[in-house]
Amino acid sequence: MTLPVRTLFFAAYRDRLGIAELEVDLWAGATVADLVAELRGRGAPFDILPESPAVAVNHTYAFLDEELAAGDEVAFIPPVAGG
Amino acid sequence: MVFASVCTDLIDTNEVLTRVGSDQDGATLLFLGVVRDHADGRPVSGMRYDAYEEMATPVLLGIAQEAADRTGSDRIAVVHRFGELSIGDVSVAIAVSTPHRAEAYDASRYVIEEIKKRLPVWKKEHYTDGGSEWVAGTVPPGTASQGIS
Repeated sequence: MTLPVRTLFFAAYRDRLGIAELEVDLWAGATVADLVAELRGRGAPFDILPESPAVAVNHTYAFLDEELAAGDEVAFIPPVAGG
Repeated sequence: MVFASVCTDLIDTNEVLTRVGSDQDGATLLFLGVVRDHADGRPVSGMRYDAYEEMATPVLLGIAQEAADRTGSDRIAVVHRFGELSIGDVSVAIAVSTPHRAEAYDASRYVIEEIKKRLPVWKKEHYTDGGSEWVAGTVPPGTASQGIS
């Protein structure tokens, strides 16, 4: 494994993907955008993920150009509806 | 001291209230978000809240701290529940106390509006006719993102 990250899916994403989490192996220098492209490139059902989803890296909202590190927790955050 | 938590237990609103209030405060305000029995005219029988618990707790604490910084009062407590809720159940309780009422209303409003913008929590409405749907949400700011395709 070069750059393993733990991805989490919530709410509508979880329902439509049928999984809550997934380990993904990336490469040194990979960004959030690379992770999204890697997943979407797998085709169904991952192609339901938007090209530019809201994500959080290690519990903090992040932009797509953020570089990832081994062991990061990357959560795909559908539009939120608390309250 | 500000207080924030995310839990599956029934919210004890009195307990939330007792976390605020001091001799310098002339106003104490309690806001409750409650599960209602309809959505856009469609009868609702209950609601399921999902939360990214490990992230929701620090985000909620950050929101409460921002409200404290804005108002100058650190007597702010907020609790958000998740799991399966029934009609009439309290989903969120926000207690604030300040020297004067205006700051209390401002702080309480700030907390609930920020929760709706960026707390990683989702709700699925269960309808009396049998269906269930995720409530259309808000894209959190600072993420340059789009909704589900």
